[in-house]
Amino acid sequence: MSQLLTSAPASGGLPAPVPTSPVRLTINGQTQTLQLAPWTSLLDALREYAHLTGTKKGCDHGQCGACTVLVNGRRINSCLTLAVMHEDDDITTIEGLGTPDNLSPLQQAFVDHDAFQCGYCTPGQICSAQGLLNEGRAHSEAEIKELMSGNLCRCGAYVGILDAVKEVVDSEGRQEK
Amino acid sequence: MYPFTYSRATDVADAVRDKAGHDGSAYVGGGTNLIDLMKMNVEQPAHLVNVAKLPLSKIEDLPNGGLRLGATATNSDTAWNEQVKARYPVLNQAILAGASPQLRNAATNGGNLMQRTRCYYFYDIATPCNKREPGSGCSAIGGFNRVCGILGTSEACIATHPSDMCVALAALAPTVRVSGPHGERSIAFEDFHRLPGDQPELDNTLTEGELITSLDLPEKGFAKHFAYLKLRDRHSYAFALVSVAVGLEMDGDTITEARLALGGVAHKPWRDQSAEQLLKGQPATAETFGRVAAHVVANAVGRGSNDFKIELARRAIVRALKQAAEGQQVAGDVYLGGQ
Repeated sequence: MSQLLTSAPASGGLPAPVPTSPVRLTINGQTQTLQLAPWTSLLDALREYAHLTGTKKGCDHGQCGACTVLVNGRRINSCLTLAVMHEDDDITTIEGLGTPDNLSPLQQAFVDHDAFQCGYCTPGQICSAQGLLNEGRAHSEAEIKELMSGNLCRCGAYVGILDAVKEVVDSEGRQEK
Repeated sequence: MYPFTYSRATDVADAVRDKAGHDGSAYVGGGTNLIDLMKMNVEQPAHLVNVAKLPLSKIEDLPNGGLRLGATATNSDTAWNEQVKARYPVLNQAILAGASPQLRNAATNGGNLMQRTRCYYFYDIATPCNKREPGSGCSAIGGFNRVCGILGTSEACIATHPSDMCVALAALAPTVRVSGPHGERSIAFEDFHRLPGDQPELDNTLTEGELITSLDLPEKGFAKHFAYLKLRDRHSYAFALVSVAVGLEMDGDTITEARLALGGVAHKPWRDQSAEQLLKGQPATAETFGRVAAHVVANAVGRGSNDFKIELARRAIVRALKQAAEGQQVAGDVYLGGQ
């Protein structure tokens, strides 16, 4: 049987009420049930319903990467997926990677290498870079550039971003040896 | 977005039944193209059937020596699969040349075949487009058509199929297994996508309610001599202006078998079997490659802003054939331009 999320049709010519249903999401290790319409993107669910505004809405069309989050450890664009599609998934946002008092290695490297100017793309850049580390496929600068190409930075902080990601890739590589 | 209902299918039969029970419904896998089109009001399904979590994500050997790619395996898992890398490196490289890591992590193999054109006018609901609204006209003919097709176009539509993965698949010639209200069937990849003709609203030959369950690759993978060459406006994360997939079998310097397919030039991944025949038995020389490339583009038609694609395609074919013959490209975890 399919789980069906729907609402009764409106009667008497009144506008249909927004048909929401409970959606159970696990975000940064905490499971919560949000009342969502089927068309709510994961991005909007995170920002507007779970009130985690670290994840940014840039283009809202999968072209800029500002909305990148990790789902079961893998980076995806949260704007091009529906929240209802992620029950039973483990979602990690920038808020789940570190705290102001305890930055993740990537967060610290972004600070150290001046890897942002306005900062709007930064949560997506860092979540994407964390996904890149989890994948373990990028080693050289050319590989990091190619595998970070889904994240745009309108300020042009790419040199610092590359340095920051490279530093953490190298240090994780050393730890594995 | 506008309202719609949603359900998550538990198995293939459930998905097919659920879709049949809802008028104007659509399957959704990774959603990376469909949800974007829904935001733009280009697609307006009344009901979505989520098939992303169906048990179709395996990549496994077939008894005939081929490899089955599950429809819900992600593009990333497919590109990085060790069997794909070892036996079908042209597919590994083509997938990694497309989109971004985030998109490849979400996008499924079935969805890659189902993605729709990125013609500007198809996306812009304020303009006529025969693919979006049959009979309304083609704004790309006589309009901004830099990204549009040069081969197999019609007066109704000059849109291109945007996939990289499908260009490699066209060269590898798998069968597409589908399941629908009337049972299961297999479609030769060559017959899956179609040319626009006077029905550009139809991208493929699926019938109502059919769901892709797997892509079955034949044994032959052209692992030694292959190339995937993608040319685009920026170095990464852009659709192809022209792309070329090549697979060759060689005996010394002689080509004994060839596969040649182009992306970014037609309404479907453009495999040219007559060019493949021309390559067969020929020496792998610049003269051979030039003759074959000229043959492929002989009937190409430019529409103004995309005239450059004809010469670009000709040169890209020569370069990709040379790369394949010399065995320059290798499988890997990253696409670095095929140079």
